[in-house]
Amino acid sequence: MIGALVVLEVLCRSGVIPRATMIPPSEMAAALWQILRSGRANDDIAFTVVNLLAAIALSVVLGPWLGAALHAFPRARRVFEPLLSAYYAVPVFIFYPVLIVAFGVGRTALIAMGAMFGIVAMIVNTMIGLDRVPRVIARTAAVMRFGPVRRLLLLRLPAAAPHLVTGIKLAVAYSVIGIVAGEFILATAGIGKRIAFGYQDFDNRTMYGMLLLLLIMVMGVNGALSHCEKRLHHRFGQQ
Amino acid sequence: MRSGKYDAVLLAVGFLACWEILFLLVGPDVVSSPSTTIMRAASLLQTQNFWRDTESTVIAFAYACLIGIGAGLSLGLGLGLNRFAGDVADPILGTVYSIPKITLYPIILLIFGLSLAAKVAFGVIHGIFPVAIFTMNAVRNVAPVHRRTAKVLRLSPLVTIVTVLAPAAIPEILSGVRIGIAVTLLGILIAELFASSSGIGFALIRATDIHDVVDIFALTLLLFLFAVAINVFLHAVERRVRHHA
Repeated sequence: MIGALVVLEVLCRSGVIPRATMIPPSEMAAALWQILRSGRANDDIAFTVVNLLAAIALSVVLGPWLGAALHAFPRARRVFEPLLSAYYAVPVFIFYPVLIVAFGVGRTALIAMGAMFGIVAMIVNTMIGLDRVPRVIARTAAVMRFGPVRRLLLLRLPAAAPHLVTGIKLAVAYSVIGIVAGEFILATAGIGKRIAFGYQDFDNRTMYGMLLLLLIMVMGVNGALSHCEKRLHHRFGQQ
Repeated sequence: MRSGKYDAVLLAVGFLACWEILFLLVGPDVVSSPSTTIMRAASLLQTQNFWRDTESTVIAFAYACLIGIGAGLSLGLGLGLNRFAGDVADPILGTVYSIPKITLYPIILLIFGLSLAAKVAFGVIHGIFPVAIFTMNAVRNVAPVHRRTAKVLRLSPLVTIVTVLAPAAIPEILSGVRIGIAVTLLGILIAELFASSSGIGFALIRATDIHDVVDIFALTLLLFLFAVAINVFLHAVERRVRHHA
């Protein structure tokens, strides 16, 4: 990783890669530092982060309920199964123009896009998790005379926690794709918009600075969630 | 099988019903009705522009699939056969796979310019990673006894790959290829939506810019059907191969 960065730096500095194509990594970091210090991108960063949080919250809160509901009705599940399993094979992003027509260019369309991308991962992983809840848990619930809601919230969902975390990880990754792609293509603000704008303006410093910021954010969150996932899987003794 | 077909019909009818209800609720400014959309889609199929855009998209898609799958297979095979290289590359591949590649499109545009090459390159960086990751894991998961047998028989590396590793790993590799093709299509379409001069994605963003609701819905419907058709076809191929294996 560090080796690749050094090679890139040398290639850029020596002019093998022209400056108009890529600026050296050290300059990207400097550009990012400048942008952050001047605060001129704060509104865009806040815009993207809030949209992301909203989309992820929608997926993570609604997903498990929908997943549990489908899990409870095997007939409905069988009807929806092909849709759910083929969902990510269809470029969901093509629905973004439809969302723009429905909600206008702005926050709502982006959040809806992010949630559309993320929620299915959450639903599918909830169902997988519930499928694998050990039978002893169901018996415990019977012994404790829990109703269906308490059984779900207190026993079955916690028992499915490792799969839920996998779902959250995927939902986050997919929401980022949906929202950033949306900002790229048509939006009023946001990190993606700033990068696209920098590209159109031949403003490579802004473009690469914001790109770097986005990559750091995504890799940080992804790394943290992968770590949580591994620990939970380890603790629950599943593979 | 029979109930599976029945379920699919049920799903399609339910989908159309929801669509129609939505149309009746919010009106033609926001949602175009199923019947209008299907009529427009049918008339689009008869225009020359549509076929020119389709040709442009399909060509980019085909090149990207060929390059992405070819490179992904060789990369995955190499990493799968060499344990050390595989251990080093595994976390890197996983991280790169998880970055939203849309962010890299401006870089690709700066390198290749606004061209077919940029679209293809963007499709390739989507498709190559799932193919490489699945291939690597597939080769690694081949039972050690198979490899030892190949060694005992003194098979050359090439013969080992062709007669032992490939048949054992192919079902899993095919899953990777299927996912790779799906994300390659996503990549091509996003590239066309963001910046390009032709293609179905381009037609879609043009319709969005002039707020032609019926065109947006018709193009989305056609793209959706295209993607579903590819997916169904690949699933069928996969099932067939698994059946034979």
